[in-house]
Amino acid sequence: MNLSGANIDFTLLLPEISLAICGFAILLLGVTKRGKDFGFGLGLFGLIAALAFTVQQWGTLETGFFGMVTKDGFSSLYNIIFLLAGIISLLIAQTYLRAKKIDKPEYYALVLFSILGMMVMASSYDLIIIFIGLEIMSIPLYVLAGFHRFNPKSNEAGIKYFIIGAFASGFLLYGIALVYGAGATTDLRLIAANYHSMAQQAPLLLYAGVALILIGFGFKVGAVPFHMWAPDVYQGAPTPVTAFFSVGPKAAGFAALMRILDFGFDSMDEIQSVLWILAVLTMAVGNILALFQDNIKRMLAYSSIAHAGYILVALTVGGEGAVASGLYYLLGYTFFNLGAFAILTILDTRDGTDSRFSELTGMASRHPFLATLLAIFMFSLAGFPPTAGFFGKLYIFSGAVEGGFIWLAIIGVMTSFVSVYYYLRVVVACFFTKADHPFQQVAMNPYLALALIITAVGALGLGLFPSSWIDLSRQAFASFL
Amino acid sequence: MNTVLPLIVLFPLVGFLINFLLAGKLSRKLVGIIGSGTVLISFLLSIKAFLDLTALPADARIISDTLYNWMAVEGFSVDVSFLLDPLSAIMILVVTGVGFLIHVYSIGYMAHDEGVGRFFAYLNLFMFSMLTLVLASNFLLMFVGWEGVGLCSYLLIGFWFERDSATEAGKKAFVVNRIGDFGFLLGMFIIFWNVGSLDFQTVTALAPSAFAIGGTVITAATLLLFLGATGKSAQIPLYVWLPDAMEGPTPVSALIHAATMVTAGVYMLARSSALFVMAPTTMMVVAVIGAATALFAATIALFQNDIKRVLAYSTVSQLGYMFMACGVAAFGAGVFHLMTHAFFKALLFLGAGSVIHGMSDEQDMRKMGGLKKYMPVTFITMLIATLAISGLPGISGFFSKDEILWQAFSSDLGHPALWFIGMITALLTTFYMFRLIFMTFFGKERMDEKTKSHLHESPKVMTIPLIVLAILSIAGGWIGIPKLFFGATNFFEHWLEPVFAPAQRILHSSEAHHAASTEWGLMAITVTLSLGAFALALRFYLKKPETVTRLRESFPGVHRLLYGKYFIDEIYDRLIIRPLHFFSIFLWKIVDVLLIDGLINGGAFLVGGVSRVMRYAQSGRLTSYVTVFTVGVALITGVMLLLGYSIGN
Repeated sequence: MNLSGANIDFTLLLPEISLAICGFAILLLGVTKRGKDFGFGLGLFGLIAALAFTVQQWGTLETGFFGMVTKDGFSSLYNIIFLLAGIISLLIAQTYLRAKKIDKPEYYALVLFSILGMMVMASSYDLIIIFIGLEIMSIPLYVLAGFHRFNPKSNEAGIKYFIIGAFASGFLLYGIALVYGAGATTDLRLIAANYHSMAQQAPLLLYAGVALILIGFGFKVGAVPFHMWAPDVYQGAPTPVTAFFSVGPKAAGFAALMRILDFGFDSMDEIQSVLWILAVLTMAVGNILALFQDNIKRMLAYSSIAHAGYILVALTVGGEGAVASGLYYLLGYTFFNLGAFAILTILDTRDGTDSRFSELTGMASRHPFLATLLAIFMFSLAGFPPTAGFFGKLYIFSGAVEGGFIWLAIIGVMTSFVSVYYYLRVVVACFFTKADHPFQQVAMNPYLALALIITAVGALGLGLFPSSWIDLSRQAFASFL
Repeated sequence: MNTVLPLIVLFPLVGFLINFLLAGKLSRKLVGIIGSGTVLISFLLSIKAFLDLTALPADARIISDTLYNWMAVEGFSVDVSFLLDPLSAIMILVVTGVGFLIHVYSIGYMAHDEGVGRFFAYLNLFMFSMLTLVLASNFLLMFVGWEGVGLCSYLLIGFWFERDSATEAGKKAFVVNRIGDFGFLLGMFIIFWNVGSLDFQTVTALAPSAFAIGGTVITAATLLLFLGATGKSAQIPLYVWLPDAMEGPTPVSALIHAATMVTAGVYMLARSSALFVMAPTTMMVVAVIGAATALFAATIALFQNDIKRVLAYSTVSQLGYMFMACGVAAFGAGVFHLMTHAFFKALLFLGAGSVIHGMSDEQDMRKMGGLKKYMPVTFITMLIATLAISGLPGISGFFSKDEILWQAFSSDLGHPALWFIGMITALLTTFYMFRLIFMTFFGKERMDEKTKSHLHESPKVMTIPLIVLAILSIAGGWIGIPKLFFGATNFFEHWLEPVFAPAQRILHSSEAHHAASTEWGLMAITVTLSLGAFALALRFYLKKPETVTRLRESFPGVHRLLYGKYFIDEIYDRLIIRPLHFFSIFLWKIVDVLLIDGLINGGAFLVGGVSRVMRYAQSGRLTSYVTVFTVGVALITGVMLLLGYSIGN
């Protein structure tokens, strides 16, 4: 662990730099009349370039900028998740934005900046850098939630998200300060090395600090009881933004939590009991409240809370196997959740729609293909074999049993049984409910088709080849041990 | 991936993807070419795989190919891996060979159908699943194929979904098969629990040490597996879906409900022969159920008037033969009959399809007659198939059926009573098959003038597959001529010997010590009596049709019982379906409406105080959100401070 070396190596930051350059270029070009149309293309280009650089970095383990930036397998895998989420949500966004007449270049720039923040969060061992990443990520998200300026619900979503987000950031920063007070460092590697002396000298500062950090990220991942914003914001925000919300910031929150809890405070065993309660609450509340929804976006909001609960199970158990299964789950979730949202976005592009269950009736006969895909994503969310969702849950819950968390596994499996009901409601509405009025045709285009292909291949591919992906996740986790 | 096995499986999948994704975009001709071409490639690759296998020494004829590790949880690991041994080699040749012919035939048969793209897509998906099923190297992958063929069967039975009867039949098949699948799954779990593996070779090797012969565990496991087999292969008590499955297009009946999918149960038994022979009780159950189904279905077939229903019950009956063979540990004979049956029954169905096609979609034999001069090729090929299924000496069906009957009589697990039932079934088979031929192709032309004016022989694309299958129906049995005839070893059984060697070792069976004269004698009885059955059919349905009416009048009860298929569907309806229906109404009214809807409507009350607070709090007001948030902060920080405090001291 060499912290003294400066190692100012900008090639380490190539993915982040390409996002920043493209983001600023979009904003600059947006001033001119013709440049406005470049937003989508430039945004996509930036994301793909960043993805290429990230893939190229795979397997390296390098620290630079006075130990502030670390590129390892873990950060690479997370960055791939962020970029995939960005690419897919961008692919589905343009059609929607045009239909709603809010296709502004700023949209793409904001997505890029937000992903830049996520990548910073996943690529550092330093709490301050992680916090800065979080802020870079969050501020564009507040704007994106309210992007539909003329829609009061969207405005409300933006404001609510901002106020509670600011509230949560306060706790996070305070937590970091307390940890600094306990050990005079914000570097997780130093904290891990000196953990025992810190715990002896200032236990209260340390424990309170970790509690507040946990709360700060608990807000981002949508853990109960810090989840209350999620349904309102998910419902109010423009649908492609919701799609992005349901994956990007959640994954970033887990990236930070995994690095902090499974590396920095790995020795703090007591945290398991707090995580246990959080996981149970999150799975139970998410799944039970999802049952009552009539609005699919709201249902998916609660569903995404429940999925955060499953990943919290992996975090509670800790250790290589469990965390790798959490990573695998996140990767699968990226595909099948975005797939579901992609279809929802396509449906919402039509006029006069409000993502209600009743709007799905008759879809199977009008658009058998889309309906089949939607069914596949729902089956994956519900965890039916042979989809990614099934293996994700299998790995997480069998990991919990092996780790001795039998009750946690039982509660998890039971709540996920409950979830089958509301996911199948979607399938039933599509396929088996008689429509009293004809299903309103949707328009497809190559971008939407590409997004659907990527997500479907991902959801099924991870289910057909789970072993190789779980190995990949293990490698990623092993890189920071 | 270093063998052609994965490619054999993958080509039909490619065909499926192309036809499914580009449905409606390709010309009808191209759809057919892609659909059949991919199967043809699989067939050619299967031949190559077969030749590769023959090149190996007899006791080392195993080629396996692991694609990747599918899933590995502690103590449980399953590969996606294929296994080619003499048994699966036979199966892939039959599946792809007969499958290819039926695909070609379908080009003609479905030429005027709107959904031809969808049809070929499903057919190819079926081939993919079926090949996965037979090439799988472990129970789980086999189960994947097993479910896949079930799904395709469901989709294809209900292919003409605008007909209510087709959708109903599809549903029935689906539900009945779920019962069987449940058995398969449980059986699989028991095996895994005791052996610690699902790989066929490992299970076969470890079975003698993992289970006690005749023990409860192995008996339960094999009985459950057999329950799965009765579902897929339409045996008593789960046979009821197959006759209704005839609602699907006729090529589907030929491919799925005669030649391939319905034999999956027999294949599964043969594949796990080493397990079954360890449970004598199960073996007895298998033999008895097989014999009973054979006889039972044959009697129903006697008086059906729908040409496809006769063939459907005939299929159920012939599958009964195969199970009877497995039940007396003559797995080789069972697989042999599976193969010859695939040829002649596919031919019979395709012939029936050709008749239906020519008759403008008429299936009732009472409205046919005299068709032989209009459809000569169909007539001759169907006659050959009829001779084969009736067991005319020298033709394929004779050798395989005779082998089964002889084994039922002479094997250590056999019994003369089984032979007797099998023999009676053979007579009935001859009778109802010739009844079909006489009613369809001979006698008065009973169709109306409009239909008559449209009567025509089917196009070449349909008749050529018939001719090829006719040749196979004659010659296909020659590879399994018993030792009795020329003194040469039965090539077919010799080929399969290594597969069933572990089972034979467990049985300690010795070469049966029966005199050759007994075998000749039994054979003579069957053949003579079958000739009698033929004569009877000739008299009843060609020479003196009035005798049938007279007989029907003298024994009205018997006729009603047989024509009404023993009213099994009605009995199931009263005993099982209605009570279940009642139960599901209970679930719906009480559990769903009261409980679930109750949860939804009065959710706050049932889920309790927490939920009430949550829903109240989820008011949309920011202040209440912040309040809940703060409570959470207080709790977590409080717990952590307590924990920290206890560490500090």
